[in-house]
Amino acid sequence: MKSKGARLILQPAPLLRSGLTTPAAMRDVVYALVPLVIGASWWFGLSALLVLLAATAGAVITEWIFSLGAARGQSLQDLSATLTGMLLGLTLPPGLPLWMAFVGGAASIGLGKLIWGGLGQNPFNPALVGRAFLLGAFPTAMTTWQAPSGPAGFLGIIPSNLALPLQQPTVDALSSATPLGLMKFQNQETPLPDLMLGHTAGCLGETSGLLILLGGVYLALRRSIDWRITVAVLFSASVFSGLLHLFDADNPQPIVALFSGGLLFGAIFMATDPVTSPVTPRGAWIFGIGIGVLAILIRTFGGYPEGIMYAILLMNATTPLIERVTQPRPFGRGRPTL
Amino acid sequence: MSRDGQNRRAYQELVKGLWRENPVFVQVLGMCPMLAVSNSAINALTMGLATFTVLLSSSLMVSSLRNLIPRQVRISCYIIVIATFVTVIDFVLLALVPDVHKELGAFIPLIVANCMILGRQEAFAAKHPVGLAAADAAGMGGGFALALFGLGGFREVLGSGSLFGVSLFGAHFEPWVIMLLPPGGFISLGLLLLVLNWVRSRRTQRSEDLVTAQGNPSR
Amino acid sequence: MKDPIIESRRYEASPTRLVVTLGLAGLLSGLAIVSAYEWTRPRIEANHASALREAVFRVLPGIVGLQRWAQRGGELRPADEDRAGERAIYAGCDDRDQLLGFAIPAEGAGFQDTIKLLFGYLPDQRSIVGVEVLESRETPGLGDRIYKDQAFLDNFRTLLVDPEIVLVKNGTKRAAHEVDSITGATISSQAVVNILNAGVQEWSRLLSATRTGSCGQTLEQPSPSGRNATSG
Repeated sequence: MKSKGARLILQPAPLLRSGLTTPAAMRDVVYALVPLVIGASWWFGLSALLVLLAATAGAVITEWIFSLGAARGQSLQDLSATLTGMLLGLTLPPGLPLWMAFVGGAASIGLGKLIWGGLGQNPFNPALVGRAFLLGAFPTAMTTWQAPSGPAGFLGIIPSNLALPLQQPTVDALSSATPLGLMKFQNQETPLPDLMLGHTAGCLGETSGLLILLGGVYLALRRSIDWRITVAVLFSASVFSGLLHLFDADNPQPIVALFSGGLLFGAIFMATDPVTSPVTPRGAWIFGIGIGVLAILIRTFGGYPEGIMYAILLMNATTPLIERVTQPRPFGRGRPTL
Repeated sequence: MSRDGQNRRAYQELVKGLWRENPVFVQVLGMCPMLAVSNSAINALTMGLATFTVLLSSSLMVSSLRNLIPRQVRISCYIIVIATFVTVIDFVLLALVPDVHKELGAFIPLIVANCMILGRQEAFAAKHPVGLAAADAAGMGGGFALALFGLGGFREVLGSGSLFGVSLFGAHFEPWVIMLLPPGGFISLGLLLLVLNWVRSRRTQRSEDLVTAQGNPSR
Repeated sequence: MKDPIIESRRYEASPTRLVVTLGLAGLLSGLAIVSAYEWTRPRIEANHASALREAVFRVLPGIVGLQRWAQRGGELRPADEDRAGERAIYAGCDDRDQLLGFAIPAEGAGFQDTIKLLFGYLPDQRSIVGVEVLESRETPGLGDRIYKDQAFLDNFRTLLVDPEIVLVKNGTKRAAHEVDSITGATISSQAVVNILNAGVQEWSRLLSATRTGSCGQTLEQPSPSGRNATSG
């Protein structure tokens, strides 16, 4: 069953050969994440690196253990487990106990990818499955945020990181609210420059709009992601939140809605996962619009301040359906029956 | 059939429900109580024992009356028998363990709707003598109770850090809330099925290897 | 071995026999259920009563006995007998036979299902002195902290009900009518506060018209075993 170098091409005909392999695509995304990792350690110090490392270790170790007995052999080289771990790590709060980040990485790979049959078989974005699992399992720890300490505290570690395995953090850390939390529960807006630069509380990778955009532009230029999905998410989210803002000025302006929370990060790094998003161009538009609208719906009317994670997971579930509906029609034939 | 043969037959009927034809892990029956009340070991155990008792008593009753019940109304009769035992068990639990009864709530009356119980009446008790029917019911009921208890224990250990209310990891244990919620039920049941099917397929594989090896000495 | 199903197919039962069989089955089943009910009823009722009594003792610290009160002729007074559909409250008396306060059952919508609770209320001081959740299906680990989190329950040791009980963010309780919410379970905490406010609103007018003072009647003494179970 070992067929090294064989690739499954997920595009309708005509097919062209290109140099894009799984490890190459993964490497591109890792490069795009580098500025975010640096930014996260700038704002949250050593804690950011530790959480990232723990999540990645959980993912990689799980992948390694399970591929010991798998027929297709070792699958660490394709870097996808590393990437999933990093993506998960960037969506975690900086003060999360490291053992939880590790569990999250293991859940991402185990529940999100391997039980479906490995890379390419999973219906849901693995990193987000891991995050949803963590949010369900440890709701308090996953919604405790720290204010960015700035470079002054670079060597400081948030005490709650160091909780012993299976134990709660014993020291109550100083917690702070995210821009979306401030908006939802205290009706208080965060100034746009802070949102752009990342001077806010939040998940490791979601705070700085500029750095995320930088990675997104790189990926789009390298054609590692389908730009249609990203554009569709951002466009529909701004239109929908704009409408809501017109109806009720308490709702944030579109620009603030775009740059707060994980919307930008999700649109660029999570929604565009080639395994769980539609491959047809029209499908990509539908998929992206669905995510944008759902995310804003959950933010505005749901119990959670942020909705991008569930929006992406929900739309992941509809991907097979979207692909069937948007199947290109062969020239000269009628519509395929569904 | 010799007496010894009868005993062996009864033994086979008893153990098949525990493993080879386990109602939960192989037949995947009775999922509603399985997922709903397995959030702690004591709930799961009570539910398992209640189901076990209902199944055993109903099987005994149906098997001993099997020649008196006309074919056309057999299902109605089985349901009456099962519902009677369920109602009695409901009262008994309410009298003896009111706290657990409160937790189990509507799921005790719903034992009536557990397709495993009706299935055993129709598939086995109605066609076999009392002894065999009892062995079959005890095996199936036991298999169900064991599976339920295993799942309940697993979910309680992770979800509350305790087993039967006894704390395992100290006062600062961080509970895995998701394990107590419905998604945790689905995830744990799925994982348990995964592990057991893996073990089962390994065993089959090994015995097949053995057969081929014996049949083909050149290997 | 003969297959009984095929065997029975040969003798089609007459309609009379079908009716008689089902009727008999129903009759026997009814008998079994009625006898089980009669046999377990005293125990079940005793369980209910002792659970309620323990709850009353917990929400009204310092009482030694209790009376059932209900509305009779426009005012509240002791009423031992149970009238259909009537709502009752429980008066607690101290060791000098003085009426101390009332334990009032109240219910309302929680996060998942109706929350039923009992709260101890002192009409003279217009304050709540204890809350006990009797029934709830709140989320384990989050919402169920409304009855598992001691810090939250401590809010209700002395809580003024005027102007009304207000839920505030955890750690910001300043005034005696404010309640610290549970972080991560704001909806369940708010539900408890709403139920309390509604309960006070419902009963306070009747209670203020009630003459308090001596209990004056035969008191139901708490069973020693009941008290022990409470402290355990």
